[in-house]
Amino acid sequence: MKLLTRTFPHGVHPKEHKDTAPLPIERMPFTDRYVLPLAQHIGAPSKGIVKVGQHVERGEKIAEPGGFVSVALHSPVTGTVRSLDPKRHPNGSLVPAIEIEIDRYAGQETPRGTPADPQAGSIDDFVARIQQMGLVGLGGAAFPAHVKYRIPDGAVVKELLVNGCECEPYLTCDHRVMLENAEDVVRGSVVLRDRIGAHLATIGVERNKLDAVAALQEAAKGDDRVRVVPLEVKYPQGAEKMLVKAVLGVEVPAGKLPLEVGVLVNNVSTVACLADIFDRGTPLVERVVTVAGPAVRRPSNLIVPIGTPVRAVLEYCGGLTGDAREIVMGGPMMGQPLGSIDVPVIKGTSGLLAFTESKLARPAEYHCLKCGRCVEACPVFLNPSRLARLAKVGKYEDMERFQVMDCMECGSCSYACPSNIPIVQLIRVSKSWVRERQRDAKIAQAKEAAEQAAKPAADGPGDASAKDGKETNR
Amino acid sequence: MTTTGSDLVLQSPPFDSARLTTPKLMQEVTLATVPVLLAAVWFFGITALFIVAAACAGAMGAEWLFGQRTATGRRGATLGDGTALLTGVLMGLTLPPTIPLWMAFVGGLVGIGIGKLVWGGLGGNIFNPALVGRAFLQAAFPTALTTWRASGGADTLFHVDKGAFAIPFASSGVDAVTTATALSRMKFDAEFLPWLDLLRGNVAGSLGETSAGILILCGIWMGVRRLYDWRVPVTILVTVAVLGQIFHFVSPEKYPDALFMLFSGGLLYGAVFMATDPATSPTAPRGALIFGAGIGVLVVLIRLFGGLPEGVMYAILLMNATTPLIERVTQPRIFGR
Repeated sequence: MKLLTRTFPHGVHPKEHKDTAPLPIERMPFTDRYVLPLAQHIGAPSKGIVKVGQHVERGEKIAEPGGFVSVALHSPVTGTVRSLDPKRHPNGSLVPAIEIEIDRYAGQETPRGTPADPQAGSIDDFVARIQQMGLVGLGGAAFPAHVKYRIPDGAVVKELLVNGCECEPYLTCDHRVMLENAEDVVRGSVVLRDRIGAHLATIGVERNKLDAVAALQEAAKGDDRVRVVPLEVKYPQGAEKMLVKAVLGVEVPAGKLPLEVGVLVNNVSTVACLADIFDRGTPLVERVVTVAGPAVRRPSNLIVPIGTPVRAVLEYCGGLTGDAREIVMGGPMMGQPLGSIDVPVIKGTSGLLAFTESKLARPAEYHCLKCGRCVEACPVFLNPSRLARLAKVGKYEDMERFQVMDCMECGSCSYACPSNIPIVQLIRVSKSWVRERQRDAKIAQAKEAAEQAAKPAADGPGDASAKDGKETNR
Repeated sequence: MTTTGSDLVLQSPPFDSARLTTPKLMQEVTLATVPVLLAAVWFFGITALFIVAAACAGAMGAEWLFGQRTATGRRGATLGDGTALLTGVLMGLTLPPTIPLWMAFVGGLVGIGIGKLVWGGLGGNIFNPALVGRAFLQAAFPTALTTWRASGGADTLFHVDKGAFAIPFASSGVDAVTTATALSRMKFDAEFLPWLDLLRGNVAGSLGETSAGILILCGIWMGVRRLYDWRVPVTILVTVAVLGQIFHFVSPEKYPDALFMLFSGGLLYGAVFMATDPATSPTAPRGALIFGAGIGVLVVLIRLFGGLPEGVMYAILLMNATTPLIERVTQPRIFGR
């Protein structure tokens, strides 16, 4: 073994606060109503296939995928569809959703379908089953998993990297899954490794979870093409490109996927679901959520049915202390702050954290010292200090030139800044400005091309660009 | 449950930040100057304290008078960040022990006023404010800034120089027996003081620069606490040592050896406390190396071939001017590009 544990350069080490790590996963009791937004994942929303008043079984499909980059949705409980009206999404917007009232007298057993051999049939069968089972990345981004597994023709995957970093403070759901469901994690890794034709499956786990490393190593005994690699504890190691760099020492080119260097990255909990999907025929109807933070009375790791209202989860955890002021869905570094607790737990919800005022009160902001702490923190090797200075005076073009769009908004800069400058927040706003400008430029370009093509005498690219213009104008 | 959802606030992540804040950073650096200050009092008497206090008064006065105001219009909004105090201390420690207090006050005033505030305040300045103050004094009052006296010790600890209270522009003030610094004796008399005296600090010189031993300890402490980029002082010292030693080999009678070069004059003080000012030194690691090496080369050139016996101040100020350029060419390669 190497003397120094592997990691990526730069990054920060926030206080871990993983107090829920020793708490076993417990199943949360069922509640009355469940709200399932049709857009819980990146990509096209699912298409509802149920009517108001219809009876649904736990695990029954209630929405079909809305396209290739989309997944099916299943009822988390046996009950009755009560409403198809738009509901509040954790991100604050009103979105189409299916509301289901539980049948109090139903058994609510975990649904078991027909097992299937993951290696039988074509890759398209494999991908289709996963899509139909509603699997998305459970690490937080909720990208439909099957899309990643459909390796484009010509691309070669040499190694499957299973992401067990859980580098966000407070969160311990992946840790518990690795510890308690080590067999599923290894089984899922092997299934995926063989299906995508990778030679090796590597599970990267940070060193603050050595018990998980041991459990996985035990589960992987006998298969020498599964290895478990302990990594130094550092944020944001769970970011795909950082993990690839940490484990393999390879840099994924900017703007490209890890596939470019022959690697597929998938979160441990997502991979563990493959065992459910193929060995037990169980769709994604629940997930493990860490409920923690200084304002939660009884922090826990819970199995929560998808669609459970956040209010019900917090109530089950003893409620909040009186000084709770901020509820965050996800981790404290990149999570989604909630404007209301009357929103549902969705597929991408890894944690529910409650903070008090004292924890939030940002101390006064000072001038930038140019001390370089943000520069040393940025895992992408940008110059956050300079970007923040440019953002403050609205010089977005210059920021674009300095590759602001490469920023993955991990927040390490804001974390490190002694002057309390909200660097990543400034960058986030600037990025949306740049994105808008890039879109406008594209539209203008397409328009021009369309006009050129409309002229009878003009011999230009014609059709193709005209069609482009129409699409971007939508 | 108490929270209905209506009393929630929406903030943008991250919801955690490092414990270190700018005022704490300044406090720690100021704290690191305390041993230097105590050494100055030991070697040059209680007057040293008065001089530093006068410089601080000037610096903080300028910050109060010309600095940013609070939202309610009260003066001194930025005094709390502790940078004015630090600039005052750092500048005060570069002054000779015989300087009249009013000059130290003016130095602090100019350092903050012209060295920092006209550039937009903290972080906006190109030149180290403390050195701007000192450079101003050196240009305005060359005699007062180059009059040294021998260091004392326990017997002169509470002896107050009358000259310190000289009335502005009325008298030259100096009443002590003057002497020359180690570097002037090297330059003009080709006489090298033993390096052990330089390490201890019982030699003539500016208040804070004489005890190399204490400065090295302070530098290590600040490096361990990660208060500065260690690359800057290390490259300065390595460059000076290597270059100095090369010249010493060429002509041992004319040029001193590396140890003398390192421990004499304001080199250690400048390398530890002045060149490491974050606002005026590059942030990129490679930039810090270039910056440090540049200072080292300039110091050697000025000391051995220039008209002045000491060149640390000008070396740092010159390299300060190149910092934006160094920054521009030493940005690290962006991940995956």
